[in-house]
Amino acid sequence: MVPLYMAFLIGGLLCLLGQLIMDLTKASITPGHILVGYISGGAILSGLGLYEPLVKIGGAGATIPLSGFGHLLTQGSLKAVEQKGLLGAFSGGVEATAAGITAAVVFGYLAAVLFNPKG
Amino acid sequence: MPAKKKRGAQTLVFDKPPVLTSWASIAGPKEGQGPWGQEFDWIMEDYLFGEESWEKAENKMLRETVKKALNKRNFDEADAEILMAGDLLNQLVSSNYAARQLGIPFLGLYGACSTMAESLLVAAILVDGEYFERVVAAACSHHYTAERQFRFPTEQGIQKTLSSQWTATAAGAVLLEPVGTGPRITAVSIGKVIDMDQKDANDMGSAMAPAAAHTIKTHFSDLNRPSDYYDLIVTGDLGKVGMAIAQQLFIRDGLQPEPNYSDCGVLLYDAIQEVNAGGSGCGCSACVLCGPLLKKMISGEINKLLFVATGALMSPVTSFQGESIPAIAHAVAIEN
Amino acid sequence: MKTPDPQRWKKIETEEYESLVQQVKPKPPLLKHCVWAFIVGGLICLLAQLIMNYLLYQGIDKVEASSYTAVVMIFLGAFLTGIGIYDELGKRAGAGSIVPITGFANAIVASAMEFKREGYIFGVGARIFTVAGPTLLFGFVVAVLIGLIKVFLSS
Repeated sequence: MVPLYMAFLIGGLLCLLGQLIMDLTKASITPGHILVGYISGGAILSGLGLYEPLVKIGGAGATIPLSGFGHLLTQGSLKAVEQKGLLGAFSGGVEATAAGITAAVVFGYLAAVLFNPKG
Repeated sequence: MPAKKKRGAQTLVFDKPPVLTSWASIAGPKEGQGPWGQEFDWIMEDYLFGEESWEKAENKMLRETVKKALNKRNFDEADAEILMAGDLLNQLVSSNYAARQLGIPFLGLYGACSTMAESLLVAAILVDGEYFERVVAAACSHHYTAERQFRFPTEQGIQKTLSSQWTATAAGAVLLEPVGTGPRITAVSIGKVIDMDQKDANDMGSAMAPAAAHTIKTHFSDLNRPSDYYDLIVTGDLGKVGMAIAQQLFIRDGLQPEPNYSDCGVLLYDAIQEVNAGGSGCGCSACVLCGPLLKKMISGEINKLLFVATGALMSPVTSFQGESIPAIAHAVAIEN
Repeated sequence: MKTPDPQRWKKIETEEYESLVQQVKPKPPLLKHCVWAFIVGGLICLLAQLIMNYLLYQGIDKVEASSYTAVVMIFLGAFLTGIGIYDELGKRAGAGSIVPITGFANAIVASAMEFKREGYIFGVGARIFTVAGPTLLFGFVVAVLIGLIKVFLSS
């Protein structure tokens, strides 16, 4: 098991990096840009084999930031390619992340139905 | 032959200065807690104002403010001859829908946050031109309707930058008549759209300051007035950042002696209210004018006021396309 | 003397103005922002690790525990957005509450909830993907491309 302080440290550092990107670059960077950047960045690093070591030492500190979601997509795709070949490239990513994506959409919908924006 | 009532490049003067015989203002909960909370006619308890949606609340704010301004003079909607109003929303829905219920002949105006000055100056022209005798000029904005149209959903966790401004939930309406008691509109300057290539949608002040400075400078040179002619020059809603820049621009433009100057966006809130650079939105300058400023004119604390509302004329579409932010400012001289 | 052409003149003017703006415009309080982002982001991940460790302790296998954890964190993000707490956190924590998967849930719920009054199909239904759409799109595209590269390399 990954020690809790390592999850805190790695997770905190990944968020700190996001903060630096927001504060030190163009003012037009929105949370949407950050999320897209992290998921793509995580997926690419994972493809290069650089994200897995981070998950080993950081645990949830590396998987909970959205870059971890990108990592999961890539790993799913790569594993499925090993088993199924070409088709795996298309099915593997979503299969590996299906629970998260569905949860996000369904909980998102439920929260929207149950609550009203307070402003 | 130059036009009879035009002076210089952009300024009009009035033979029979229209009188501001009555006015009303309404402010949201946050604005009510600000330093001028006592000066507004009505403070909303919540942002829905008894309606189902924020858009409907904004429509009601405008309606009630117009009615209140008329009622103070013992008029009702049927007595008003024309309404000039605007807001920030697409297709001016708040104003159009308010006019639907008010039943007053209506012209909708869009000048972003400069709308109050725009509606006042057109109203003044219509009264001085002897077309109408009871004209209502109004503007309103609602924080959450503007936020969801121009920025982010209200429940999204967004860190605001220090230069960003808080769209005010407020409305103001003024009744103009050719005769009566009250302060008078003596001159107006119609602004040009100025764009200094500012692109930061979180910093309207920097985008609008050059427009304000340009209109003010032109106003003084058109009328040949000394820069200390007015007791107070108040810009629409430049906020702290824009106000600091405007002061620099006054010096550059040679406005000597330095005018007594403030900004509605800075005035509307206390520093502790987490609004960063200050207030914005049509309602910001509208409620500061129709609340504290005109009261101070009645009490004689201010006798000559130059009201310069400023507007940033961008849309989310042009922002996404990387366009810079054009801005405008109109000046309205109000004197006792 | 030659009069400068108007376009060049405008460029000089806007550059001068830009330098004035940069002098006046307040800089973000970088240290404060970074400390907030680090601590809040770290705590969210620590909470996730606690959940994960608990699940592993219950004997659930690692891949499944990881998925469960993500689902629980998404639920928390959605719930806290619904009751109006997550946006208050986001005002202070910045990237600390955007980067974790709870921030992804926040963006989804905030976009969907805001447009409830415009109806459930083209209001909630369409807007729910305002931020989630582009995020998932780029994730999918990169993952598929990497998969295709692997297919290509191994053939």
